[in-house]
Amino acid sequence: MSLEIAPHERPYLPRGVRLAQDRVRAQTVLLAPEKAVALDMIGEAILTRVNGVDSLDEIVTDLATTFDAPRDQIAADVQRFLQGLRARVFLRVHP
Amino acid sequence: MSIPPPIAMLAELTHRCPLACPYCSNPVDLLKKDAELDTETWARAFGQAADMGVLQLHLSGGEPASREDIVELTQAAHDAGLYTNLITSGIGLTPRRLDALEAAGLDHVQLSMQGTTADLADWIGGYKGGFDRKLKVAQELKTRGIPLTLNAVMHRHNLDDLDRTIQMAVDLGARRMEVACVQFHGWATQNRGMLLPTREQAEATKQKVAEAAERLKGIMAFDFVPPDYYADYPKACMGGWGSAGLNIAPDGSVLPCHSAQMIPHLTFDKISDKPLAEIWYNSPAFNAYRGDDWMPDTCKSCDRKEIDLGGCRCQALMIAGDAAKMDPVCSKSPDHGRIQEMLDQAMSGEQTAFTYRRIGGAGS
Repeated sequence: MSLEIAPHERPYLPRGVRLAQDRVRAQTVLLAPEKAVALDMIGEAILTRVNGVDSLDEIVTDLATTFDAPRDQIAADVQRFLQGLRARVFLRVHP
Repeated sequence: MSIPPPIAMLAELTHRCPLACPYCSNPVDLLKKDAELDTETWARAFGQAADMGVLQLHLSGGEPASREDIVELTQAAHDAGLYTNLITSGIGLTPRRLDALEAAGLDHVQLSMQGTTADLADWIGGYKGGFDRKLKVAQELKTRGIPLTLNAVMHRHNLDDLDRTIQMAVDLGARRMEVACVQFHGWATQNRGMLLPTREQAEATKQKVAEAAERLKGIMAFDFVPPDYYADYPKACMGGWGSAGLNIAPDGSVLPCHSAQMIPHLTFDKISDKPLAEIWYNSPAFNAYRGDDWMPDTCKSCDRKEIDLGGCRCQALMIAGDAAKMDPVCSKSPDHGRIQEMLDQAMSGEQTAFTYRRIGGAGS
């Protein structure tokens, strides 16, 4: 399957995948089946906006506004990051 | 050297199991029910683990569903903030129990798969009717949407069936599949002659898994454990001794890996006697093979040191006779020739039946 996420698609974390605070290491982690992924600030900013309701387009707009950054660059970064998670089935999309 | 906190813990709740898989990683001297920790002690261990930085808890065994308190244990782990993973054969997971486990906050199930047909799977598992029961559980998990990993332990007698095993995992809705070629610890050491794959199988497996992982991107993710006797370099066992994970045996012995108790000069503390953090950071057993002070010179100066992390200490003991020697799987090890001898012996056809895993000793 293609991992490309279309602008209108609404990404979400499937059951068994969630964000958590790792108190001991003072970081946010993505917990998934038998895996834990440490998130940097950018990853956290993206995933806290992934809710199964907002479209990719809306997430990118929100990030570009919040961080006052070029929209094209944000779109490319978000696409790459989310595709990486989608390849491992840590992320799915509603059409 | 600064010691990192552990990230994953394997809780071997019991050695009891309805199956008798001849490659079980449990020790040959299996513990009986009366040696097992009680609910409260496990719950306390889960709390201590979470406090010191463990994120992932694997509830395993034996068969963890053989514990009558598996729901309470899952609840305790969930309440401690741990990601809970049940590593199971599926036997004993009735719909009513699954209701209770879901309500207790179970995050994920790893289901073992012995083969793709009842004949093959029940022969390997040593449990007639096990395959049919397992498939019913798998369907139930799928219907409920419980996140599923299928763990296929592969060896000479089922590797040629790998394509079908992968398809079966996809059909069962697994999001993740472990293709775990048998590692020779515990009961598997009693069955090398039956289990070691051929070189052709080992090669074909690598290619099949790579091809399937590419084809199934976004549908099912793979973790692949290659058969290390055919490798040139050793596995980074446990991600390094005392680095990332720890095990607690059914009687509360806290171990750096599931077979560490075979190393005769190490003494392992029990969770009922000492806090987990003290055992992890300060016990001589956990510090024995941390870092590189213990390493032979060849390892110390090797440019793969940070990749292989010295390989497997138990394998060094078993094959080279000393846990502080090089892992003989490494082609640079002076004992590497023993691996070829073991392969030759395994292929000679002397062993014609499994020695099944049973409590109370090796019987067939």
